[in-house]
Amino acid sequence: MLSYLIFTLTLCAIYGLLALSLNLIWGSAGLVNLGLAGFFAVGAYASALATGAGAPVLIGWGAALVVGAAVGLVVTFATLRLRDDYLAIVTLGFAEVIRLVALNERWLTNGSDGISGIKAPLKAELGTQNFAWFYLGLATLVLVIVWALLRRLDASPYGRALKAIREDQQLAAFAGKPVLRFKLQAFALSAAIAALAGALYAHFQSYVSPDHFQPLITIYIFLAVTAGGVGRPSGAVLGAYLVVIFLEATRFITEWVPGLQPVQLAATREMLIGIALILVLHLKPQGILPERIPKAPVPPTTA
Amino acid sequence: MSQLLQALINGVMTGTLIAVPAIGFSAIFAVLRYPNFAIAAYATIGAFAAWWANVAMGLPIPAALLVAFAVTGFVGVVAEETSLKRLRGNGALIVAIASIALNLVLENIVRFIFGNEMRGYDLPIARDMRFGDLRIGPQQLQSLLLAVAIMAAMFLFLRYTRFGKAMRAVADNPDLARLKGIDPAKIAIVTLFLGAGLTGVGGVLIGLDTSIDPLTGYRVLLSVFAAAVLGGLGSIPGAVAGALMLGIAEELALLVVPATYRTGVGFVAILLMLTFRPRGLLGERAA
Repeated sequence: MLSYLIFTLTLCAIYGLLALSLNLIWGSAGLVNLGLAGFFAVGAYASALATGAGAPVLIGWGAALVVGAAVGLVVTFATLRLRDDYLAIVTLGFAEVIRLVALNERWLTNGSDGISGIKAPLKAELGTQNFAWFYLGLATLVLVIVWALLRRLDASPYGRALKAIREDQQLAAFAGKPVLRFKLQAFALSAAIAALAGALYAHFQSYVSPDHFQPLITIYIFLAVTAGGVGRPSGAVLGAYLVVIFLEATRFITEWVPGLQPVQLAATREMLIGIALILVLHLKPQGILPERIPKAPVPPTTA
Repeated sequence: MSQLLQALINGVMTGTLIAVPAIGFSAIFAVLRYPNFAIAAYATIGAFAAWWANVAMGLPIPAALLVAFAVTGFVGVVAEETSLKRLRGNGALIVAIASIALNLVLENIVRFIFGNEMRGYDLPIARDMRFGDLRIGPQQLQSLLLAVAIMAAMFLFLRYTRFGKAMRAVADNPDLARLKGIDPAKIAIVTLFLGAGLTGVGGVLIGLDTSIDPLTGYRVLLSVFAAAVLGGLGSIPGAVAGALMLGIAEELALLVVPATYRTGVGFVAILLMLTFRPRGLLGERAA
């Protein structure tokens, strides 16, 4: 039971990172990324391959960040000038293509068998139980660091410029903000964070395969960010914890309903996720921790 | 040479089948201005409705197509009215995200009822027709003719009926259409019924070629998007042109890359088109 709890909390931290990634691009810049699972996969494979070739784990994480950002730039380069709905379609396609590549390029990814035996940092020294604790701490630490940085970014002039672009990009351009460059940077940064989450996941599981990166993950994270609070990093993280707990809870609830086939139980869980997202969008679209919009300074009175 | 010709023929056939759901997607986009991701589930629901009509009730394929059209159209309207309509004021992206959630719900309703196993339609086994080196399956030919007939009906509907003209008017300029006394809510319902219905029929036509399962629609989603983007988002003739182009591009590409990369071709086609001609073949503007 304890190891299950540690496992779940580590997963929470990883999903929290994904939620921060989505919150940066969607909550702050107002751009949609339906390919989150793809960037997650890119980071996981990048780190798995780099450490498999002998690099230390930290270098693997660095590789995930760099590759994630680079892939983010490539995917969005053609699209960011266009209307937002194009980005939705392209990013969704991207996640599918990443899965296809992971399935088919056996020389690189070992196909559907996946890559196993991924380095687990200090596992030999610590033993299995201690390693679980250690990795939980490590993942949570990374989450806290990224959260603090993004909160800082949120309050900075850069973050305000992103939100200005979200609200009205023509106005932002008119105010002299290089809109396209802001969007590209924000997308690359967001993709890099999702890739870092992937790297954390790979070394946590010691095994990655294309099955781990279903498009469903993207929906989980959308639910997390919407429920937690769009545009506020703390909200996104809270949402991620709630979604993982919700997912684990449905696992138990569905066990109590008698007479259902396993496939029906799985279908019920996914239905609940979808219904939850639709309900949140309808009933509380600003989320549990709504975005705090600082008051505009009172203009000096001329009287 | 005959290999190339065979690829072209296959490309036109797959393209024609993709064109049917692509028209459905484009019609919804043209009138309601959001990309509806739930079309994947609509295609799946159509495929299963027709399977039920065909295998359980013993109806022939054309009748099963009608069942698929009616059932999916009805589901599309109910789903839109209950879960998407009230979000329209919040912007296209929010509706699009809600449609992804809706897709997940609908797909899993199908999975709940029918399970994950593959199902095939009740079709007579027939030998391929041969013309020299070229081969065409009779079932493919029937699907092709049905798809062409459906598209012709759709064009006649849009061109000559009152609802068709009203739909085009709303797509063109919603404010002007409202001033002329066209009720946008009514047009939205008709569009949803037609769009979802056509997508359902497309799901059947695609399923006839192989077999169906709850992910049937999701597998063609990217191809449908690719067709719509290639042709110009929101343009119905564009969707047909884009689908044919995509079908041919897929088959030609499969001469050099492994068949598992079929959906990858659609993605590359989208990226190329958006880089060089973002408004697509027949679309208006994209920025």
